[in-house]
Amino acid sequence: MLSQQLLNALTLGSVYALFALGFTLVFGVLAVINLSHGAVFMVGSYAALFLVTRFEMPLWLALLAAMAVSGMLGLLIDVLILKPLRARNAPHLIPMIATIGVAITLSSSAQGIFGAEILRFPEGTIPAGEFIIGDVHVRAIEIGIVGIAFTLMAVLFLAIRRTQLGRALRAIAESPKAASLLGINVEGLFHGTSFVAAALGGAAGVLIGLDFNAITPLMGQPILHKGIAVIILGGMGDIRGALIAGMFLGFAEVMSKAYLSSQLGDAVAFGLLFLILLVRPSGMFGRVLERKA
Amino acid sequence: MLAISKLGKHFGGLSVLEDVSFDVPAGGIFGLIGPNGAGKTTVFNLITGLLKPSAGNISFEGRDLAGLAPHSVTRLGIARTFQNIRIFKEMTLLENVMIGMHQHLAYGPVALFLNSPACRAAEAEARQRALELLSWVRLDHRAEMLADNLSYGDQRKLEFARALATKPRLLLLDEPVAGMNPAEKTVLMEEIRNICQRGFGVFLIEHDMRFVMGLCDRVAVLNFGRIIAEGSPDEIRNNPDVIEAYLGREDEGQAS
Amino acid sequence: MEWLDNYWSTYNTLVYSIGVHALLALSIWLTLACGLLSLANAAFMGIGAYVSALLSLQAGWPFAAVLAAAGVVPALVALIIGIPTLRLSGVYLAMATLAFGEVVRIIVLNLEITGGPEGLNGIPQSTQGWHILAILAFTIYGLARLRRSRVGRAFESIREDDVAASLMGIDVARHKLFAFVLGATIAGVAGGLNAHFTFFISPREYGFENAVDILTMAILGGIGSLVGPMRGATILTLLPELLRFLHEFRGVFNGIVLVLVVLFLPKGLWEPRRIKALFARGGRA
Repeated sequence: MLSQQLLNALTLGSVYALFALGFTLVFGVLAVINLSHGAVFMVGSYAALFLVTRFEMPLWLALLAAMAVSGMLGLLIDVLILKPLRARNAPHLIPMIATIGVAITLSSSAQGIFGAEILRFPEGTIPAGEFIIGDVHVRAIEIGIVGIAFTLMAVLFLAIRRTQLGRALRAIAESPKAASLLGINVEGLFHGTSFVAAALGGAAGVLIGLDFNAITPLMGQPILHKGIAVIILGGMGDIRGALIAGMFLGFAEVMSKAYLSSQLGDAVAFGLLFLILLVRPSGMFGRVLERKA
Repeated sequence: MLAISKLGKHFGGLSVLEDVSFDVPAGGIFGLIGPNGAGKTTVFNLITGLLKPSAGNISFEGRDLAGLAPHSVTRLGIARTFQNIRIFKEMTLLENVMIGMHQHLAYGPVALFLNSPACRAAEAEARQRALELLSWVRLDHRAEMLADNLSYGDQRKLEFARALATKPRLLLLDEPVAGMNPAEKTVLMEEIRNICQRGFGVFLIEHDMRFVMGLCDRVAVLNFGRIIAEGSPDEIRNNPDVIEAYLGREDEGQAS
Repeated sequence: MEWLDNYWSTYNTLVYSIGVHALLALSIWLTLACGLLSLANAAFMGIGAYVSALLSLQAGWPFAAVLAAAGVVPALVALIIGIPTLRLSGVYLAMATLAFGEVVRIIVLNLEITGGPEGLNGIPQSTQGWHILAILAFTIYGLARLRRSRVGRAFESIREDDVAASLMGIDVARHKLFAFVLGATIAGVAGGLNAHFTFFISPREYGFENAVDILTMAILGGIGSLVGPMRGATILTLLPELLRFLHEFRGVFNGIVLVLVVLFLPKGLWEPRRIKALFARGGRA
């Protein structure tokens, strides 16, 4: 029983971490709380569903295509909305309010186009294999989800830690002004970051869609709220923190649902968030990325 | 009036102030000078409650300031200005000064809601007083203008008037002539002398030696977080440690 | 006058809604005036709605007392959560209030006494037009007095620069708390009024979307005056009715309006000068 729950927690936690990674990346680099990240996640799952049902695309290809679609959406949001606000030097809360508008627009559009009802992947799309290890039932799809989530996160980590690009990103996170003086193409990296973050969000959307096999226009809402809890828990802009906190939240949620009560599971995230904000607003693990002007 | 003893402040492992002690006497102009980065603004931030000291204490007219929030320090009679002017740009000059009177405008919620005569009288009086303060710094003719439209030098003067509106007994000025040309500096020097003559104690920090020497009655010198000298401007001018601190950095009296 | 009666019976809900929405937009105006983004106002409305509905249904309190409770209970809740969270600033506060709204929704969804997801039915329709009008007039008058007083000036100075404000002797934390609690009170009363003319309430009406609706009204109208939020409330209540063909896409409309206003009308509709920066200093904790 416990090991079964641990598996569930691992699956959920890895998706939370993947989602929060993009969220925190945008905050770290662009200094924007992008509240449309949940809607982009939802668009990712509808895109995959649409490609699979309409064009009978194989799942792996649909995943990549969905990432491209949500990535482009993220890029579009940056170019059309965040960039003009940057140019105007708008205060912090303004871009956040704008992304709320984007979120509402996207989820209502999805509702208008696909309807409010729960949509599912067609029979046979999701690999149905199942292994039994000891007393744990492992669905093949769960292995796939955890594997894909960790692969994506590992690629991102390596890119940021090891490459020239990553160094440039970290320079921007410290100070965009200084970075541009060093000859770094700041605007280009803002666009790139928006694309990558949204693509990761879209991937998380596809994975959650597969895990629960349920896609709705409002599915971005709860995960956005959890993403907020995760990045505050992990420290805003802290990538490693987001990973750890995402896993942690997955475990806390699954365990409290299993051993306390199912209602409590949903409240756990927010209880944690409240607590952290009160006790240690810089997050459990790190420090707040203070950006110098 | 203001007694600082054994004051220390460190941020993480970095020690910014160490064992700083001096007294600011009542009346007159007291100057704290030192090269950039010596920790001068930190002293002001500690006095006004924006930062908490790591060691030592600060008392004002015999009252310990430890643990007081910034607004409580202001209410005890200490007002300050900022190195990088922080006026309320979207408000008129008059409103800016009236903000300073906040604590002295005592009318209750009921009086406010009913717009009682007492409430109206208090507001009218505050307006009158704000205009008077603006006239002290010769800005009364622009009372209804948005503060954002003022020149740099005038914004400074507005900041003085706003600080004086809190009815302080001690006024802290953080590098009042930073970023000003010599002509503006002279005007401002006069402005500060006027304020002092009206009975306000003035405590200013500055790294422009010449400005301080011409203005202050008493000067303390801060270098690398420690007080290295204290005395009259003449004593300071001839103090070998001070000369070394300034000459050693090749910016004697030059820094703008 | 029969046509008038018909007309009224068709449209009175709409007119009532405008009044309630105007109250909500004013409730968020209070915190915006201090430079705080609070996304908890839909939750406070919900608390007011549920408390008042339950007092009417189960305790049989008179309507005036019910409405008073609809204001007092959210105010107390705001006081309790406000004291610790208002230390936070900018984006942190916005996220804390967003989380709070979610907690309230989850609680209401899971309690038995609130009827869970089905909500509450058969609430007496005690709200009369003049109730809304009187409360709205009272609120506007009170806020207008506040705005022209030391408190209103203090709000504005806090929005521009809270450090400088505190050094002018203004107790920043208290003023923020006051704005937050008063906003919660107004939102709660609006919720109470609303519950007693819609007959039925459910947790769905008090979620994140509704918080955003309230925010959109205030921002669309402009927060530089009290007329602004009311103007925004009127427009956003009427437009969906006029644009019925958009019905499924109603939310799209709200979302696009929010984005466009932020991008092109940072001061809200018809609010050309004055308040240049909506929140002069957003930002860090």
